Amino acid sequence: MEIIKADTKVDFMRYRNMALVFSAIVLLIGITALVGRGLNFGLDFTGGTLIEVGYPTAPELAEVREAMAQDGFDDFTVQTFGTAREIVVRIPVGEADETGADLSTRVIEALQRHEPGIDMRRVEFVGPQIGQELAEQGGLALLYALIGILLYVSFRFQWRFAVGAVGALVHDVLLVVGLLALFQVNFDLTVVAAILAVIGYSLNDTIVLYDRLRENFRIKRKGTPEELCNLSINQMLGRTLMTSLTTLLVLLALFYFGGEIIHAFAFTLIIGVIVGTYSSIYIAGNLALILGVSKQDLMPVEKEGADQPDTEVLPERFRNREA
Amino acid sequence: MNRSPRWKYVLLIIVIFAGIIYALPNIFGDDPAVQVSSLRGFELEQELAAEVERILEAEGLEYHHVEFEPERLMVRFDNTDRQLRAADILRDELGSDYVVALNLAPATPRWLGMFGAEPMVLGLDLQGGVHFLMQVDMDSAREQQLERYVSDLRNILRDNGIRYRSVRVDRSAVVAELRSAEDRDNAMRAIEREIEELVLEARDTSTTFNVRGTIDEDYLEELQQTALRQNITTLRNRVNELGVSEPIIQQQGAERIVVQLPGVQDTAEAKRVLGATATVEYRAVDEQNDPYEAQRTGRVPPGSRLYFHRDGQPLLLSREVIASGDNLIGAAAGFDQQSGQPNVVVTLDGTGARRMLDHTSQNVGNRMAVVFIEHRPETEIVDGEEVHTTRRVEEVISAAVTREPFGRRFQTTGLGSSTEAAQLAMLLRAGALAAPMQIIEERTVGPSLGQDNIDQGFRSVIIGFALVLVVMAVYYKVFGLVANMALTANLVLIVALLSLLGATLTLPGIAGIVLTVGMAVDANVLIFERIREELRNGNTPQAAIRAGYEKAFSTIADANVTTLIAAIVLFMFGTGPIKGFAVTLSLGIVTSMFTAILGTRVVIGLIYGGRKRVKALAI
Repeated sequence: MEIIKADTKVDFMRYRNMALVFSAIVLLIGITALVGRGLNFGLDFTGGTLIEVGYPTAPELAEVREAMAQDGFDDFTVQTFGTAREIVVRIPVGEADETGADLSTRVIEALQRHEPGIDMRRVEFVGPQIGQELAEQGGLALLYALIGILLYVSFRFQWRFAVGAVGALVHDVLLVVGLLALFQVNFDLTVVAAILAVIGYSLNDTIVLYDRLRENFRIKRKGTPEELCNLSINQMLGRTLMTSLTTLLVLLALFYFGGEIIHAFAFTLIIGVIVGTYSSIYIAGNLALILGVSKQDLMPVEKEGADQPDTEVLPERFRNREA
Repeated sequence: MNRSPRWKYVLLIIVIFAGIIYALPNIFGDDPAVQVSSLRGFELEQELAAEVERILEAEGLEYHHVEFEPERLMVRFDNTDRQLRAADILRDELGSDYVVALNLAPATPRWLGMFGAEPMVLGLDLQGGVHFLMQVDMDSAREQQLERYVSDLRNILRDNGIRYRSVRVDRSAVVAELRSAEDRDNAMRAIEREIEELVLEARDTSTTFNVRGTIDEDYLEELQQTALRQNITTLRNRVNELGVSEPIIQQQGAERIVVQLPGVQDTAEAKRVLGATATVEYRAVDEQNDPYEAQRTGRVPPGSRLYFHRDGQPLLLSREVIASGDNLIGAAAGFDQQSGQPNVVVTLDGTGARRMLDHTSQNVGNRMAVVFIEHRPETEIVDGEEVHTTRRVEEVISAAVTREPFGRRFQTTGLGSSTEAAQLAMLLRAGALAAPMQIIEERTVGPSLGQDNIDQGFRSVIIGFALVLVVMAVYYKVFGLVANMALTANLVLIVALLSLLGATLTLPGIAGIVLTVGMAVDANVLIFERIREELRNGNTPQAAIRAGYEKAFSTIADANVTTLIAAIVLFMFGTGPIKGFAVTLSLGIVTSMFTAILGTRVVIGLIYGGRKRVKALAI
């Protein structure tokens, strides 16, 4: 079975300027959302207390709030979580609340007075100091991952490719974070992990494309960089779609069956895989072209024979030895 | 031809076989078990096993067998019913020196155990439990130390007949204010002699002559380490009382302690117990009166109080405290240099040393006792409501004859064994004033959520896995089936490696496995697409296979190394569950390189490699 026919010749690069405009618009929306609404930071970064409780039957949220208020809580939110029978109470870090860990005990006692049959499912308390540290660590992790990748790609390919790849990654991260702000997805530590996985995935795609581009630059006699780029994308189209498909399939399984806690994680990765696939075609390839990648950049530095690599024929070791 | 060299077959078979062996323990589940350990974390006596067997047999409770280790004793049962009954009985019979806890013992068959194969450890988010991160307040540890120096300095100055205006703590230093330059120099010499770890400095103002002492950096670091270790010891003691089967108490960074209590659901109780305090007191033994008499009649002579030694023997002790945990700086078990007997060397601060010297000078030949005092939180049910109280528990842990006067440093000998010495030192340290701690992070997962997480995690792995298998088989036919074998082998290898490394499986870890399943096929997709391309270019099937594998290799390697970079960064910066994700992702990348490239090549070689002429490939 083949989805992509062998002679597929989509002129991807014809739309490259349009793609840049498209990216710019989506990025603008994302950044506007990021600045305007901000990220919906989770407990890991803001600090505070979260209590998830299971009820035997779906409770009235108003009653739960009432029960909490009676016990003297005033700054809190109550929401259902996943199903109607599970609720989550969130309490921000208060200035008076230095001994935060005891808070969860008091909340559960308050809720038990309202409904004795509740089941404590999860308590998370993160002190403000920890929240800040986690945020710093998350930011540093993104930065170091990008630097590490920049170095590796420069070493294995060439600086133009490295800049293209990192450009695509920055594009992906900004876009994904912008969309997370737009949809107000709960931004916690697992989402940071998801973003790093997106970086890995998107890069994977980009590298595969660059690899083919490099090969085509070396063995094709004719063709402008733009044409070769187009050819490479078309050659890899089957693989790109297939891998994206399998990855999306497992992510959808995770999204629908993995439970509420893993939801934001799976959602981020799903956006990331789509964005990553798009960016490796239009951003990574495009940036390398814009930076002026040429054949000379990719010629192997050492040559054993004379200047012969301009050939369409397979190198010796790949030739059919049976014939 | 496309046959692989023989060593590749051998390697593949060995790796897959080892993978299966080490992944296998995970399917056997657990036996309900009861675990017995010492309340104070001491080593258990071998006789305990026999006693436990006797108790269980007397009650007619069937059990599998008793496994004895110095730290704990484990009894396995057929069902939870017997397990619960046995736990109740053992709790009553063994008394309060032991902790009886419910546990799950992996039911790994013995022949698998011989390979050292053990199942994966489930993280707290899967099995339920409490995670606390505690911050030790090092500033107040330092302040406490400075306060001690204030009294030490006063004593030294007084002893040397140097008159002073004041001695006080000034930010991170202790300052003594003196009347003349001569006094100041004398003071500096005297202090230097007695307290080596203070860095002294003359700081005169226009009207006063000051000596400013700051704590030496190295000593301060050591002090903080000691404070942290002391807190860990104290926490261990506390946690033992909770009856948790496999607690984790670890240092994290310079100032933090992680406490993980699997299976604990009542966090309020856990917090109370962890917050409990202990101290020790040195008191003189009242040798004038008969403690047995006092115990029998209930009439205690004035000036004394009735105490009990840990072995049950009554003792009358003076109401006056000579030194307490606040004065205790250190206690270490070792051996007496002259007699070679086990001993405990105790160091006191200045105030304690002074009082100790006063007391021992007058009481050579009399006994002195150490009392261990604990405030144990307890929960009682009164009128159907839980009432939380703290009970003060006091017991004498040592009573020894004073042979000669001593002060700052002294040793206790005559201890039965080096184990006993270690126990005494540990209790003394637990009773020393430790730096205050605060819970700065709590993550508790209830058992119902834990089970949900396991169920949902496994369901998503299986559904995702099945979907990928179907898609690959349909799209790449025979080659797809081979890739599916590789994917299955990959899953087995990830589980085997996780078990072998003793890694903890968390929910994000499962997510990592799911993601790996999706991405691991990428290597095969790259190879197969390349083979198709080579076929279209007019190459023969055999050449296409060869070229497909060889040309795709560098692409796969580059792509995977970059993903690995992201995963490693994730591991370095991540905490807790995120680390689990990074670990499974990295392992998955490495194992997928092996199964997807080497593994499929060998199998494809077996199918097509041997034939002379292959007309077409089922790809």
